[in-house]
Amino acid sequence: MAEIDFALLKERFDYLTERESADHLAVNCPSEKLVEFCTVLRDEFGFDMLVDVTAVDWDARSPRFTGIYHFLSTSKHEYLRVAADCPDDINPALPTLCGLYAAANWHERETFDLMGIRYEGHPNLRRILMWDAYPYHPLRKDFPLAGIEVPLPAADVAEQTKASVIAAPMMGGPFVSSGDGPMSQTEPRARDESWTETKEKPTD
Amino acid sequence: MDQKTVAYDSKVEGDVIVTQADAVINWIRKNSVWPMPMGLACCAIELMAAGGSRFDMARFGMEVMRFSPRQADCMIVAGTVTYKMAEVVRRIYEQMADPKWVVAMGACASTGGMYRSYATMQGVDRIVPVDVYVSGCPPRPEALLDAMIKLQDKIGRESALKNLTARKAAAPEAAGVGRDS
Repeated sequence: MAEIDFALLKERFDYLTERESADHLAVNCPSEKLVEFCTVLRDEFGFDMLVDVTAVDWDARSPRFTGIYHFLSTSKHEYLRVAADCPDDINPALPTLCGLYAAANWHERETFDLMGIRYEGHPNLRRILMWDAYPYHPLRKDFPLAGIEVPLPAADVAEQTKASVIAAPMMGGPFVSSGDGPMSQTEPRARDESWTETKEKPTD
Repeated sequence: MDQKTVAYDSKVEGDVIVTQADAVINWIRKNSVWPMPMGLACCAIELMAAGGSRFDMARFGMEVMRFSPRQADCMIVAGTVTYKMAEVVRRIYEQMADPKWVVAMGACASTGGMYRSYATMQGVDRIVPVDVYVSGCPPRPEALLDAMIKLQDKIGRESALKNLTARKAAAPEAAGVGRDS
């Protein structure tokens, strides 16, 4: 089977640009052309499986959010990555692929939950991992790893136990492995171990 | 000459043992701790091993795993408690009949473990009163057995009537949180 290459796609869709990739072919697609492009991918190029939907938060850059889609052709055994920038940085939105791939439903709910990208036309765009009333999108760059204090999802349990969702004690973390050397010496450690929750961070 | 019996005569009075209520009640309780698996992550696999034939918790009185909180005495929280799951853990705990105990199995249930993150409750003792903590990630079945034997010791030292005193539902102290602190 012929491998899919960029020239083949570009010939058909002149709005595509090639995307830097360490593995398989990756293309950039404008978000308003996404559904049209993916329909042809599925029906004529044999990309019959949507493997993953995720997104990238570029922090200060604009466009800030990029939706990422991974497609697999189960007949040609080829992958294709499609990236689509969200035009709006404040209220990022992309068209839904639920009409094309059933798999898109939960993947898009997850991306909405953690990244806050709205998928226009999604039949059931609710949070899937965090609880419905959770006010943040935790995988965004401006969200701290430890979390932000909010009430527990169940008000009566919160009242009885006086517990709440707290910012996790990081104790100098996040904990990362240096990665090189024998495993016994590359245990994950905090970058700055001079302070903890009980011992103040030293100030110069 | 009259034979006068001063000691206890079992032929006359039947087989009676004199003891304390606490001793008897606690003896019954600690040898019939029926655990309920609150299996939330990989610790649950070790919990299953502890219940299986190789380690066999039933040898020590944890006779059967009960999957209904109504029939269980001890909730073994085995795994990572997320904030979304915390409500469920608390409700299931409330459905268990008194007297009841909680074992926090493994690092996650005890302290949040390696999950210092926005989604993970930093120790199940924030919502339910924990009697025994087990270290390990996950703990070996032997460690869980040891914890359960420790729990038996603890039950043996309790006042058997402590749960008959009325609990004030609203106060966290009376609802059980921080009972042992």
